Formats: sequence, structure tokens, C-alpha cells
Amino acid sequence: MFKFIISKLAMIVPTFFGITIVAFGFVRVLPGDPILALAGERGVKPERYQELLVQFGFDKPIWEQYFTYLVNLFQGDFGTSIATKRPVLDEFLTLFPATIELALCAIIFAVLLGIPAGIISAVKRGSWFDQTTMGIALAGYSMPIFWWGLLLIIFFSGTLGWTPVSGRISLLYYFPQVTGFMLIDSFLSGQQGAFKSAFMHLILPTIVLGTIPLAVIARQTRSAMLEVLGEDYVRTARAKGLGQMQVIGVHALRNALIPVITTIGLQVGVLLAGAILTETIFSWPGIGKWMVDSIFRRDYPSVQGGLVLIALIVMVVNLTVDVLYGFINPRIRHQ
Amino acid sequence: MTDTQTTKVDQTVVKAEARNAQLQMLNEFWHYFSANKGAVIGLVIVGIMVFVAAFAPWLAPHDAGHQYRDAFLMPPVWETGGSWKFILGTDAVGRDMLSRLIHGSRFSLFIGVIVVSISLTGGIIIGLVAGYFRGWVDGIIMRVMDIILAFPSLLMALVLVAILGPGLVNAMIAIAIVLQPHFARLTRAAVMSEANREYVTSAKVAGAGHMRLMFKTILPNCLAPLIVQATLSFSTAILDAAALGFLGMGAQPPTPEWGTMLAEAREFVLRAWWVVTFPGIAILVTVLAINLVGDGLRDALDPKLKRS
Repeated sequence: MFKFIISKLAMIVPTFFGITIVAFGFVRVLPGDPILALAGERGVKPERYQELLVQFGFDKPIWEQYFTYLVNLFQGDFGTSIATKRPVLDEFLTLFPATIELALCAIIFAVLLGIPAGIISAVKRGSWFDQTTMGIALAGYSMPIFWWGLLLIIFFSGTLGWTPVSGRISLLYYFPQVTGFMLIDSFLSGQQGAFKSAFMHLILPTIVLGTIPLAVIARQTRSAMLEVLGEDYVRTARAKGLGQMQVIGVHALRNALIPVITTIGLQVGVLLAGAILTETIFSWPGIGKWMVDSIFRRDYPSVQGGLVLIALIVMVVNLTVDVLYGFINPRIRHQ
Repeated sequence: MTDTQTTKVDQTVVKAEARNAQLQMLNEFWHYFSANKGAVIGLVIVGIMVFVAAFAPWLAPHDAGHQYRDAFLMPPVWETGGSWKFILGTDAVGRDMLSRLIHGSRFSLFIGVIVVSISLTGGIIIGLVAGYFRGWVDGIIMRVMDIILAFPSLLMALVLVAILGPGLVNAMIAIAIVLQPHFARLTRAAVMSEANREYVTSAKVAGAGHMRLMFKTILPNCLAPLIVQATLSFSTAILDAAALGFLGMGAQPPTPEWGTMLAEAREFVLRAWWVVTFPGIAILVTVLAINLVGDGLRDALDPKLKRS
């Protein structure tokens, strides 16, 4: 097991360096001068240009620049945002909880609906429930989620007036940030209606971001269950006279869940990509919207830092899923 | 003299046999494919889409870019205030929605074809080289693919477009680069499982060179999973291009690309539902139809991957 983890770790080291090269190269392959790009649209005076050239180290050879960049990264220096003049890492960490909260809610939503739907579809294979669910799942999988978000806004916010259109909480409430998770913070603040407001703001973004993972999980659960239901040990369990619930819930589900867990883990990249669109539609102040805004503002240090941080997160999560998979799957654990 | 005659006869027989075998394969394929009703429906929809895209200028009732100054945000015909002149209504500057949607189908199919062609070709070559030569070549190529896959696809595409500059062509290049590793990985895996088979060894013994071995001997036997992946990538390409258009990084207005149309419609979300609803339905139906075909192809071509 230890060896297994080490070998997985060894695989990601070159990938990590590759990611840093991509982020490092990003600013340098932009059309035009890197300093003018970094300085943004206002431009710089010639003497200031020389100063900046030395300050950013652009006068040094490229490999030395990359080395300095790496050393800075390892010291937690991801650059300074042009737009806010704050360290990129600080910006990222302030906004990250909003994205985590949204992504967690989305994945919980997807798992809570997707796994039962997949199980029932598999058990009642070919029934109208199965066909309808799989039809909906395929539609969900094909959904342009930015449009889906707009539709939900039209219906639930516009026609019915049930949910707010954007943001994380109503402007009526103000309380200090404790955990960064609006649901928890609003609850802790004890203000009347704050929690409800935060909850209502979360509903539509959660559904929008959770739609594709929900479809993928439902489809995957169904096919994993179908495979397992044909296995000998399930037949044995049935032959022993165990009830339907026990056969499906214990003997079949436990084994079917192994590939499903991997699928859930792989949704992290999907969620982060989806967060870009979802956060833009709902003006959700998370890293997805921040990245899009930074790209549009030409705030390249932020884009550069954000790229590395997001890729790191995806990589760490994938690694964790791999290790977890090895942990729950005896065939890999005992190799 | 007689010898050459026999060979001639043999050759015609062999050719006929080969044709028969091909027909039989096609029959078998259609048998499995048509067993999946969804796939057939998907295929019909895709056929209609191709027809609409091909004859867009003749099918569209109006010019896609013409602004009717007397008909801003006119609702569809069945709503009060609608008119038969604009069946699906008009947008904020008085352009006919239906005509724009019809012209938009051209962009979506074009995006799908170009993106899949680029990423498929690139992925096959890279994957073949990696899987065939193995060793350090393989190591380097696969690490580069890992790096591309470490970034969420849409983010990577966004950043690439930021480098290349916004626009439809650059968006397509960016999406092709992001999708390419999937093909490379798939090809590599298929090549590795085929490379040690007897038919490859015998071709090698017969003196086939690297190029022949890679492209003529091994590749045709790896095509099934690639075709399935190509179909699924086709729909991903359309979705991602629409998403980039929606974010203002893809096709630029006034191009009637569906995602770009949605971006322009955003401010009218609560006032004019039709400018938002129809482009989205067009994207959803197209992508859904292609995914249905993809599922059917997988069932027919690759029994191992069979979903249900």
C-alpha cells in the first residue's frame, strides 16, 4: 500500500513541474511585451519600464527567471494581482470557500439523487422508470449548463419569484466571515432570516452545477449495478434466502460503488470547469468568476497564479481518489 | 499462361469475397445499431441538422443579419403580439430568431467537424508514436498529456483563447488542443494491446517498416473506440464552443453562433424568454442527438464497452 502511494506520488511530480512551466510560459507567449501585458492597459513610462524589467527579472536569462519563479512558488508567492494589488494567493484563498461551498452542495445534490436513481434503474431494468431516468440523464449530460441556469432564473426567479437571481446572500445581512461557508457563517451569526437567505441563494447554482455530475453518476451507478447484479455472489446471496433489500443494499451496492466513487472523484475537474460558467451566471463570488474576470481584465499574474492553484487542486484530488480507490479495492491493495 | 489466368480468376473471387465480408460487417453493424432506438432517433435528428445546415440560405425565411427596425423583441407567433412574419420572434435589434438559429446550425456542425478532425488526427499520431515506440518517447508524451488534462478543460480553453485572441477559429484550436489528449491516450492503450499480437509480428517478419506497421497494420484494428470517442468529442466541442461564445471568448457578435446568441440575450432574460430559450434548445437537441448516436455506436462497435 505504501509503495502504491509512493508510486502515485512519483507520477505527479513531473506533472507538477509541467504545470508550472505552462503557467510560467503563459505570460511569455502572450502576444506583445510581457511587461506591457503585466502593466495592463494604462501602459508605463520608459524609465518605469526599465525598473519593472529589473524588478520582474525579465533582464535575466529565461532559465534563471523560471528558477526564481519556482522558488517563489515554493515560498507561497504566487505573484501580485494587478487589479487589487493584493497577493494572488490571498485573493484565491478569500474566494475559494465560496467555490468549495457551491461545489460541495452540487456534488451532494448529485450523489443523493444520482445513486438512488441509478440503483432503481438497474433493479427495474427496462421499466418506464429506467427509461425515463436514463433519458433525463442523457439530456442532463448534454445540457449547456449556462443556458440551463438562465432558464431556471427565468422560471424560478422571474415567473415564480421564489429564488434570488444572483450573489450569495441578501445585502440586508452583514456578519464577519468565520469559516467562509455562507451557510455556516449565516447560521452562526444568529441573525433572523440570514440562513434562509443564504440557502435560497444556493439552490439554483447548486442545481446548475450539479446537473452534469448527477447525470454521470446516475448512468455510472446503473451500469455498475447491472454488472454486479449478474455476478455469482449476488446469486449466492439470493439463494441463501436473503431479502431483496439486503441483497441489493449490502452485497450488490458495496461492490458497485467502487467505480462510482472513482467517477465522483473525477467530477472535480468537471465541477471546476462548470464553476466558471455557473459563477458567471449567478455572479457567485468564487474562483471561477474570478478567473474569467481576471482574463477579461488582463490581470495576468492572477490568471497565472490561479492556473497553478487550480491545477494543483485537481491533481491532489485525483491522487486522493486513486489512493482511496486502491484502499477500498482489495485487488489493487494486495498487489 | 494458365498461371496468370488462375491468378486473375482468384483475384476477382477474392475481391468479391472481400466485398461480401464488408457488406456483412456493415449489416451486422446496422443490426446492433438499429437495436438501440435512441440511436436511430439521434441519427435522424443529426440528418435533419445536416440538411438544415447545408440548405440554410434557402430554408431561412429572412437574412440572419438583417435588422427589422419596426420589430424589436417581437414574441413568437403563438404569443400575443407575435406575427407569422417572425415565427420564433425577433431579438433585441429586430433580427429574425428562426433565421439566426438556422444559420447557427452551420457554425455548430462546422465547429464539431473541424475540432474533431484536428484533435483526432493529432491524438492518433501522438498516441501511435507513444504506444508503438514506448520508452522515453512514451514517457514524455504521456506526461505532456497529463499536464493538459490537469487543467479543467474549459479553463484551459479560456486561457488558450486569451493567448490566441478571442474568435471562432482560435476557440476551435483551443478546444481541439484540450480534447486531443483523450484521443492520444485511447490510441496508445489500443496500440499497446495490439502491438504484441501475432498478425503484427508476422507483418514485422515480412519486412514491414515502422510507418506501415503503425498506420496500415495496427491502426485499423484500434478504430472502434476512437470512433466512439470522436462522436462524444463532437458534442463536447459544440458545448465548449457555445460556452466560450457565451463568455465572449468564442465567435464574436453579430455571428449567429448559438452560444454567442445566448450571451447577447442575457440582459433580456426576464423580459423576453424566447431570445434565451430557443438557442439553448438548439444546442441541447443537437448535443443530445449526437450523444444518442455515440451511445448506439458504442453498443454496435465495442461490445466490451456496452453500457447496459
